[in-house]
Amino acid sequence: MTDPNTLSPLDLETPDKTFLDANELVINMGPQHPATHGVLRVILRLDGEKVMGLECVIGYLHRGVEKIAEHRTYTMFNPYVDRMDYVAAVSNGLGYCEAVEKLLSVEAPPRAQYIRVVLTELNRIASHQLWLGTHALDIGAITPLFYTFRDREEILKIFEKYCGARLTTHAFRIGGLQYESYEGFENDVRRFVNFVKPKIDEYEELLTTNRIWLERTKGVGKISGKDAIALGVTGPVLRASGVKWDIRKALPYANYKNFDFEIPTGQNGDTYDRYLVRMVEMRQSLRIIEQAVEAIPEGPIMAKVPKVMKPPVGEIYHSIEAPKGELGYFIVSDGSTQPYRIRVRPPSFVNLQALDVMCRGQLVADVIAVIGTLDIVLGEVDR
Amino acid sequence: MHAFIEYIQSYLNSDLTPGGAGNIFWATVYILLVFVGLSIAVIAMNWLERKILAHMQVRLGPMRVGPHGLLQPIADAIKLLLKEDIIPAEADAAIFWIAPFMVVLAAFTVFVVVPFGPTHAITDMNIGILFMLGVSSLSVLGIVMAGWASNSHYPLIGALRSSAQMVSYEVAMGLAVLSVILMTSLNPESTGTLSMIGIVQAQFAQGEWFIFKFFPLGLIGFVIFAIAMVAETNRAPFDLPEAESELTAGFHTEYSGFRWSLFFLAEYSAMIAVSSIAVTLWLGGWLHPFPNLLNSPTWELIFSLFPGISFVLLALMCFYNTARMPKHPLFRVQTLGLAGFGVVLGLIGLILFIPAVRVRVTDIFWFATKVAAFMYLYIWYRGTFPRYRFDQLMKVGWKILLPMGLALLILTAVVGMRTELWAELQGALHP
Repeated sequence: MTDPNTLSPLDLETPDKTFLDANELVINMGPQHPATHGVLRVILRLDGEKVMGLECVIGYLHRGVEKIAEHRTYTMFNPYVDRMDYVAAVSNGLGYCEAVEKLLSVEAPPRAQYIRVVLTELNRIASHQLWLGTHALDIGAITPLFYTFRDREEILKIFEKYCGARLTTHAFRIGGLQYESYEGFENDVRRFVNFVKPKIDEYEELLTTNRIWLERTKGVGKISGKDAIALGVTGPVLRASGVKWDIRKALPYANYKNFDFEIPTGQNGDTYDRYLVRMVEMRQSLRIIEQAVEAIPEGPIMAKVPKVMKPPVGEIYHSIEAPKGELGYFIVSDGSTQPYRIRVRPPSFVNLQALDVMCRGQLVADVIAVIGTLDIVLGEVDR
Repeated sequence: MHAFIEYIQSYLNSDLTPGGAGNIFWATVYILLVFVGLSIAVIAMNWLERKILAHMQVRLGPMRVGPHGLLQPIADAIKLLLKEDIIPAEADAAIFWIAPFMVVLAAFTVFVVVPFGPTHAITDMNIGILFMLGVSSLSVLGIVMAGWASNSHYPLIGALRSSAQMVSYEVAMGLAVLSVILMTSLNPESTGTLSMIGIVQAQFAQGEWFIFKFFPLGLIGFVIFAIAMVAETNRAPFDLPEAESELTAGFHTEYSGFRWSLFFLAEYSAMIAVSSIAVTLWLGGWLHPFPNLLNSPTWELIFSLFPGISFVLLALMCFYNTARMPKHPLFRVQTLGLAGFGVVLGLIGLILFIPAVRVRVTDIFWFATKVAAFMYLYIWYRGTFPRYRFDQLMKVGWKILLPMGLALLILTAVVGMRTELWAELQGALHP
């Protein structure tokens, strides 16, 4: 896009004619808007309340994370990735650490692997809880937000006890973990699993069969599996369209192949299916955590990694299943201590592409619902 | 002077409303009482909504200003009054200025005919219910004016939504009200009435609240009205005009400070107004429960003790919480404040036990209790429901409530006529 202030014609397909050829109403939603989840700016073209087309303007949170990487050593860049998807910082760290490990051809020891899985899945639940709360809030249900935040707090407490930070955790190091799990870690996790299981039922009680919720989400923001694949959409959004694609199963990383869990999929690819898929995902994450926490082996937590990391010349692409979709790191090494180039494939950024397809022909209120259901984090979209 | 006192006293033995008796002095007193009472109710409602909603959402709600945040509404009011009064440069200043007053005017004027008791109303019009529906729908004008005058996109959309919503739900509301008016005509001695007091008296005469009349017809009418009234007052789950997540604040986005607080005031008094319509029409207005079965003097005495008892209970609650306050010097003022509040409530309770007061207040108490139940319902809705989308809202109004209302009206008419014919037939057979 050349000039963000003028609407360039959307070339996906010709928009419908307005009713009676009336003038379109162009509305600027955001960047300061309570429901755009940060600083997303959406230029809406409306016919009354019907969306004729929309265009996203991003970049308000651009910090040049990828450029920063070129001037930091591999270790120094590690905390930066936490700041991309700040509600799922642990997943970001896992993806980056594993990518560099792959480049260095080292593997984290089993104990580290298990603890990584526990923390990452906890983070997935936290991320989905935050998504549920804000998504429901956008649709007008204010109460789930407080319930999910109450329960998310327990996860953050575990993170805090483990590494001292709650949000931007920097929990993992290249080659394993910096911190040994604290005394009573397993018990805390077990207690959390037992605590949160009935709470998820509680959220479902408020929403799943709520007539208004059904009306607001069923058939809203539909996207077919074919379109979703064509647009590169991943994560729960893709799975809700009926495509069974989860990197944890498809290209197992960490030690996910050791665990028994299911990949939930939807059929309709609408907002309600995406909601259901994420609810099931939370329960599946709990299943993984239960298995992982029982099986944490004894042993070292760091692999042998050189103090000064100089990966061999070459490039690597490693992706993981972050809560929002495929999070990939493409790292080019020139043999020095600093990466030549790091390119992040953020799920939010790619999923956001689908917004126009999903919203066209719907109403303004649906745009809000769809932004919520895409579960975007602007820190990750803009990097 | 003597004549004036006589004029004042002359009303005391009347069994009419001040308006009906044509007594200007008492009418003025009643107007002031209603206005003050309403303002207090809105303030209390503000605090209660925040507290109840907070407790539904595992929060505490306001806790800092005064004990348990009791002074929070006052603090808010002061804050709003001290705010800078902004009229956007692009706005149409005159209309922008008038709009909030229009809304407040509509919301307050309806209370002229609300019957708090058989004589406790400012006046009793023979077209009372029509007056209420008519005047309360004037507020939509104010909202459209506010949206238009703001000269901004979001308020305009909010105002359009609001006007469409209020106009469409008024139809269903009117049909539900009509069915009640048909029911009043079943009185042996009357031919139906539109007067608010008359409707309650009809319920007394027929021996049942209209919500139970021709079960389930009365109940259906009540449910239609209960849904339509939430939409009419733009409250959750029909709060589209001020859908915060979509339109920031809807039609009052550009308003701030005092003008905004007028919209707030109007919203809450409109809620109380429509709730009092529902209470009057279906829940027997000022009548205490089972007015026909439990009407012996003993029961009357017991029911008239309720206001005093409930205030004393509130006072006891205050004292209980005073005892639970943290024992720390920093909390001394708050603890004393809470205890003082309890003492005030307790004194009010004791005053309400005095026979002369008791007899006059008991009607108002039952009316207020029923309205309060509706207010709680409003808060409960807000805590549990997501928001309808605009087209769905219209669908509910036009495709569900309107046909239901029409069917209800016809069925009520048919059943009512059958009942009357049956009574006549009985009379003819057994003279």
